[in-house]
Amino acid sequence: MMQPRMQALAILAAVVLLVIVLEMVRRRRLMERYALLWMFSALVILALAVWQGALNRLAELMGIYSAPNALFFVAVGFVLLLLLHFSAAMSRLSDQSKVLAQRQAILEQRLREVEESQPATEERPGEREIAAQRRASTIA
Amino acid sequence: MQRYPHLKCLAVVPAYNEGATIIKVVEDLREHAPDFDVLVVDDGSTDDTRRIAESTGVRVLRLPYNLGIGGAVQAGFVFAAEHGYDRMVQVDGDGQHDPAEIHKLMDKMGSEAAPDVVCGSRFLTSEHEYPAPISRRTGIHIFAFILSRISGQRVSDPTSGFRLYNAPAIALFARDYPHDYPEVEAVLMVHHHRLRMVEVPVRMFSRGGGVSSISTGKSAYYMVKVLLALFVGLARKRPVPEPGGAPPVAAEPTL
Repeated sequence: MMQPRMQALAILAAVVLLVIVLEMVRRRRLMERYALLWMFSALVILALAVWQGALNRLAELMGIYSAPNALFFVAVGFVLLLLLHFSAAMSRLSDQSKVLAQRQAILEQRLREVEESQPATEERPGEREIAAQRRASTIA
Repeated sequence: MQRYPHLKCLAVVPAYNEGATIIKVVEDLREHAPDFDVLVVDDGSTDDTRRIAESTGVRVLRLPYNLGIGGAVQAGFVFAAEHGYDRMVQVDGDGQHDPAEIHKLMDKMGSEAAPDVVCGSRFLTSEHEYPAPISRRTGIHIFAFILSRISGQRVSDPTSGFRLYNAPAIALFARDYPHDYPEVEAVLMVHHHRLRMVEVPVRMFSRGGGVSSISTGKSAYYMVKVLLALFVGLARKRPVPEPGGAPPVAAEPTL
């Protein structure tokens, strides 16, 4: 059995986590894609903290004598899962940024080559004004 | 003196802080390999490598930040593939590869065996002792042993970057090239894709200047990392995505 104080602490922690995550999503500081796993973790911990019967059953099934330890076990499991999730996201991002850097360098080289092959032409007078007019007309 | 008038050839020179040697490498390439267009890939150098390379008039890819040797060389593969090159040779910017020996690689590729990749090996000749610390050589020989077993042919120098590729090999590595310390894994990829690789004996110089990308302290770390990559690579069903297949790393799911 969990001490009432311990139970209150666990519930409080899970609720605070949930509120922070929701607030971050609301302010667009956290993408929904990454928030889902956090919210799922918080909800499971909250459910186990509120519903003592389920936590005791779980502890019994896992062969853990003290129910709070089972709660810690579940929480640590979620933390590991989240970390792995972020490592995977980082791998994807670094691969994407590598491709982006390569493309950018190749395009930049091609642009320099094109610019050098073209004789420097004076901008024809009026060209800028025509472009500005065209922009104004599309807006209107 | 044009030796290969019907082939479009590119020499890719990956360079990270090689300001001391890059000019010599480019000059040697022009002298000994006149058929090859030269592309220096400046891997986000913090010294004046880029300025020196551009002053020679060769083409320079400016990578916006340091990608490591794998990413830099792959930029060369992508460039070669997009510009329709038939041959691409990698010549390191530190001057350890001798451009005068490129024709040896070309001759081998033109031979009857018609390999897809020709690799310059420093261990096939007894006349020249390669100056490397014993720890490094031990690592190389361990990789050589493993790769020889896997591929069923003798691979004596799997870490050599002095390699010549034909168009199918260029296309393969433009799509997917290993990240860091890529040469070893690339041998495995060549094998997986049923391409053929042969080695020819070459000399290699110790570095002309600058700092090696692999210090002795990092060797052990690289050993473990590449071994992991090798064995995980073996377990991969389809080591490389084919055109139209799934990307190597899943793209962002559309929301």
